[in-house]
Amino acid sequence: MTEFLQLVLAGLATGAIYALAAIGFTLVWQTSQTINFAQGEFVMLPAILVLALVRFAGWPLPAAIAAAALLFVVIFGFGFKRIVVDPMIRHGVLPLAIATMALAILMREGAKDGFSAEAQAFPSLVPTGAVTLFGASLSLRDLSILAVACLAVLALHLFLGHTRTGRMMQATAQNPDVARILGVPVERMILLTFAINAALAVVASLLVSPIYLAKFSNGETIGLAAFIAAIVGGFNQVRGALVGGLLVGLVDNLSAAYVSASYRTAVPLALLVMVILLKPEGLLGRREERAV
Amino acid sequence: MRRLDLNLFVLLLGAAILWVAPAGFGNYGLYVLSLWLVTAVAAMGLNLTLGYAGQVSLAQAAFLGLGAYATALMTAKLGLPWWLAFCASGLLCFAIGIGLGVPALRVQHHYLAFVTLAFATVVYLVARNEQWLTGGVYGLANIPRPAVLGDKLNGNLPFYRFVLAVALGLALVQWWILRSPWGRAFQALRENPLRAASLGVDVRLYTLLAFALGAAYGGFAGALYAPLVEFIDPAPFALSQSLMLLLMVIAGGAGYFLSPFLGALVGVALPEWLRFTGGAYLLFFAGAVMVLLVVSPQGLMGLADRAVQLVRERRRRPEPAAAPQPSEVR
Amino acid sequence: MSPVLAVENLTRRFGGLTAVDDVSLAVRPGEILGVIGPNGSGKSTLFNCILGQLKPSSGRVRLDGEDVTGLAPTALNRRGVSRTFQLLQVFPNLTVRENLILAGQEHRGSLLSRLAGPRDAGLSSEAERMTAFFRLSHLADAKAGRLSYGQQKLLDAAMAFMAGPRLVLLDEPAGGVNPTMLGTLRDRLKALNAEAGATFVVIEHNMDFVMALCTRLVVLAEGRVIAEGEPASVRADKAVIDAYLGH
Repeated sequence: MTEFLQLVLAGLATGAIYALAAIGFTLVWQTSQTINFAQGEFVMLPAILVLALVRFAGWPLPAAIAAAALLFVVIFGFGFKRIVVDPMIRHGVLPLAIATMALAILMREGAKDGFSAEAQAFPSLVPTGAVTLFGASLSLRDLSILAVACLAVLALHLFLGHTRTGRMMQATAQNPDVARILGVPVERMILLTFAINAALAVVASLLVSPIYLAKFSNGETIGLAAFIAAIVGGFNQVRGALVGGLLVGLVDNLSAAYVSASYRTAVPLALLVMVILLKPEGLLGRREERAV
Repeated sequence: MRRLDLNLFVLLLGAAILWVAPAGFGNYGLYVLSLWLVTAVAAMGLNLTLGYAGQVSLAQAAFLGLGAYATALMTAKLGLPWWLAFCASGLLCFAIGIGLGVPALRVQHHYLAFVTLAFATVVYLVARNEQWLTGGVYGLANIPRPAVLGDKLNGNLPFYRFVLAVALGLALVQWWILRSPWGRAFQALRENPLRAASLGVDVRLYTLLAFALGAAYGGFAGALYAPLVEFIDPAPFALSQSLMLLLMVIAGGAGYFLSPFLGALVGVALPEWLRFTGGAYLLFFAGAVMVLLVVSPQGLMGLADRAVQLVRERRRRPEPAAAPQPSEVR
Repeated sequence: MSPVLAVENLTRRFGGLTAVDDVSLAVRPGEILGVIGPNGSGKSTLFNCILGQLKPSSGRVRLDGEDVTGLAPTALNRRGVSRTFQLLQVFPNLTVRENLILAGQEHRGSLLSRLAGPRDAGLSSEAERMTAFFRLSHLADAKAGRLSYGQQKLLDAAMAFMAGPRLVLLDEPAGGVNPTMLGTLRDRLKALNAEAGATFVVIEHNMDFVMALCTRLVVLAEGRVIAEGEPASVRADKAVIDAYLGH
């Protein structure tokens, strides 16, 4: 029972990280029709940046984290929007999606050639050790990750629902044309979504790297999990991405323990296939009507 | 459509040159040429999916792998003739393509991309983990070369010509498909699916067919790949290789009949040219494709097309407004 | 005679807005029915409900008595319902002839025969006849994108007839077409009606075009049918004049 509880907690912790990536993915899709196939690499890179600043510039860890976060949001939030998305979206959703795939390779290979091909240890930013709760010994790290991720989601939720800017962003996501007519600065809102996506990726990166180590190829697994989470939850729902992320993390961890470690990645895929077969609009999604 | 006839001419001429030219090539040169042709066959399939049906498939290398493993198992383990393995590889991938496509295409938003992404991951996992079948990371060795009229093609030149002949055959089949009413329907659903549907074109069915045919070409390419390298392991069929194939098609120009040959040339030759960079050629390739995408989403063929159009326009109007416009006189 | 198309108590709501409100109408074989009304009167929504682009909130659509409510556009087309779109929709990179063959090919033979059979699906002579009929013969091998706007509109209409439809729905066929071309279009549609007995439903803003083409009119305002009858009598109807002039 204790083991099961530990697994559930670890699953929820990983899932919360997936959820952060999935929420950013969904936000960016909603506001600008960008299917970001580099989402996993977005989560991989910030940790590598931090380590690079520590190693090459000799900065202390907190300064490196702050600088890497800022740098990442500028380059992969604003820069990504201006340099990749804006020129490509004119050509359509598909060429843009493919450009993000090229970007994924670019980021992955850049991290490998520019930093290291080996997995690097990343210091944990949250307390490690164990606490005893309800008679079970639980990982403090997993609890903290869950707490930090939940705080991030809560903050985003409050921002979207309870600030003027947040509501303008939601209007942009639901219908950019109507939002524009209502006087919402749509362009600025979209840019903001990209910044939020990059910021969420930084948080996810800092949380996940102590567990899985920082490695250039991490993006593949994380990206896949984030895509599955977004689709399982419902492609057009932030809430859905959260639920999807937690579910994928849970399934992922439980199947690693009870099914087969070598097919750990495959079980969430089964979840994906089931959702596509049985409820293609996602668990929390709305069915979209055929449009004219 | 008239362009297709020109394409046929280029295709046949190219095949004739490729048949004769490399007689003096060394083994490595012949290997690279053969690899180029095999890659082009896989890219041809992806071009059908991406360029004609407008669907992203992230599993083309996985289909290539399925074909390669099926062929290796049937010829090396069971001792069956190569052509049987070739047909089985194509059929297997076609059937799997239908199986993946039916649920994925029921929904919007490029779900096929995610389903194929998932599928590519599963194929890689199975190839790596199921040692009893695939040899795991140790792979399968001693894959025999096919025999033609009882003669086993052990020499590299005869085998290269064999690959060339099969690739040409597959290109001709695709040429036929594209000029049939199916090809017209593919083009219609790419240009305007809504209007196509209102004319009775079953958009979902044709998209499915294009994807499944594309998958089958992946399988055919795999059946050529296995005897070419004579040893297969999971690495060349990983997700990153599917991405590479996709970028090759894009670089060549999605939706152009001959682009797979051009794209595969870039994909296979580039690592050779960029040897001086060490392992960083992928970095260059991805960067180059991104720039190319911004400049010309129709890839290299699209660039060439635009250049031809420009020259034609010039010729049509030899003197473009010699007299200055009134507004420009100040 | 039983109607080709019958719309029974069709309603379509968007949230709180009722775009089409309990509309019933019948299209008799061989007639040219015009559906007119001011902007926002529900014409396009009605069309989209009939054609399977939108699902009606309630009510039925019958084709020759058979219930086809909510049937997808492709399936509806296979049953002999053709349409054109408000915005021009030809395939610019196909030639005129190929646009026409495309419009007919899915109604011929089997899926396999369309792969293994002739390239033109046996439709070359039919396409020839259609280009001649719509005065486009000299442009048969030109890319559709190279045609003038009016010529493309003619092609668009011609495509709707390639499959020998039982019913053709035209969404603003006259929009943006110059007067000469408009004359040709009206004349050709009338000829198809007279010679081949083709049945039409036309949505149109251009009143002169509607009055000259249609044999009967239905007038919509705020989602409801407010008048119905011969063009001349509709033109004199008080409710129609009020709806158009606004209150």
